[in-house]
Amino acid sequence: MEVAFLIEKTVLVLVLFTLTLSIAAYSTWLERKVAAWLQDRVGPNRAGIFGLLQPLADGGKMFFKEEIIPSGANKWLFIAGPSLALLVSFLGSAVLPFGQNIELFGRSIPLQVTDINVGILYIFGVVSLGVYGIMIGGWASNNKYSLMGAIRGASQNISYEIAMGLSIIALLLVTNSLSFKVIAEQQHGWHWNILVQPLGFLIFLICSFAETNRVPFDLPECETELIGGYQTEYSGFKMGAYMFSEYINMFVSSAVMAVLYFGGYNYPGMDTVNELLGPTWGPLIGVVVMFAKIIAFIFFFMWVRWTVPRFRYDQLMDLGWKVLIPLAIANIVITAIVITIVDKL
Amino acid sequence: MESLSGRKKVLEQKPMNFWERIYLPAIFRGMGITFMHMFKKKETIHYPEQEREFSENWRGMHSLKRDENGAERCTACGLCALSCPAEAITMIASEREKGEEHLYREEKYAAVYEINMLRCIFCGLCEEACPKEAIYLDGPIVPADYLRKDFIYGKDKLVEMPITELEALKGAKV
Repeated sequence: MEVAFLIEKTVLVLVLFTLTLSIAAYSTWLERKVAAWLQDRVGPNRAGIFGLLQPLADGGKMFFKEEIIPSGANKWLFIAGPSLALLVSFLGSAVLPFGQNIELFGRSIPLQVTDINVGILYIFGVVSLGVYGIMIGGWASNNKYSLMGAIRGASQNISYEIAMGLSIIALLLVTNSLSFKVIAEQQHGWHWNILVQPLGFLIFLICSFAETNRVPFDLPECETELIGGYQTEYSGFKMGAYMFSEYINMFVSSAVMAVLYFGGYNYPGMDTVNELLGPTWGPLIGVVVMFAKIIAFIFFFMWVRWTVPRFRYDQLMDLGWKVLIPLAIANIVITAIVITIVDKL
Repeated sequence: MESLSGRKKVLEQKPMNFWERIYLPAIFRGMGITFMHMFKKKETIHYPEQEREFSENWRGMHSLKRDENGAERCTACGLCALSCPAEAITMIASEREKGEEHLYREEKYAAVYEINMLRCIFCGLCEEACPKEAIYLDGPIVPADYLRKDFIYGKDKLVEMPITELEALKGAKV
């Protein structure tokens, strides 16, 4: 373990941490702006130019608000819920590659915190932990609405994780690897996986909406029926933690979708760009492309939120179990058959 | 039964076809509609900087008028207070002294004239009741405040600016 390696990883972790936090903070700003644009309004525009200081103002507000813990609540679990949700949402970005190996100070540095060979399994494990934050928070609140939200969140995440996993299996048949780095490198140039797995991508996209509890699958929160679901009793920074974890989850699942299906940091014509700009600036363009894809996905999440109404609970279950899972299985079978035929030829 | 008005519409509920049942085309069409709204003209009026135009019969804050010589028109007859359905107006009458002719038009005037803006419903009945054309609801929106007592407006806020000052202002503007 050399010192340079440690420094390199520490810097990478810190940069990624701040980037994740600031992207989550500015997602709240973007969410309000997108909502306003889609509804012929202007959105926040008082704090700074274009309201760009709004996240800071909101954050300050969150800190100074009174934090109420209901007398009937289980205090320890009440605090553990949002902490767990926030912690788990941060873990996801550790295995994601944000660019090609970049050459700095004569070293080739991978732009990825850690390249574990079971990256996809790791992400799935972390994401499925995320539901514990919701369940613990909802149960500890000692409130019927919170409990309803928590139950919905748990059953929804379990149902959609199956379809999500099955859609990934079809992708793994194509890539033959569980490492994000390998999958990203395979999609060099324009060989994006969306071209070979369009149906798998569609299923994954729908499931990631459900996993991040976004509209049209925001039944755990569900302001109109459940007042706020699992976060009904939360105030101040604990509520902020839940909100933040939702936006970080959105960022992570956008990044996962970008890497798995949309080529991550790869873009058509990247080889010529890399030759022109050299091994330091070339990969940096790739990083910019990666973040452009992530932000495009985040915008898509918001765009859908302000267009589509919420599903009813039975419709949600119907869609998950009767439509997405059979489709995902069919996708696996078709992919397997096509791969066998192509290999035989 | 035959519809007499001819406006009756029978909704046909056909079973959905394949494209309708997978919902995705409808969702994409909806998303197209919302996307186009991003480029439409925004309806927002940026309030403190821009203000919406009031209609001609807008009733806002009251003002107590002066006559052409700059004397207050109000004679403290109390008809406005009597007509007020919200009991928002009170006043104390006083007799005009010698040498105050340029201040008050009639021999009696309102020494104190108070309108409680929290009670006022801006119906305009005081305006209609006034025989001297002394009160009009031609002002702006009554501004917000922190204390209830600050919403009781006295003559300092209600009486129109003295004519000399008004003309000086106008002169300055030209």
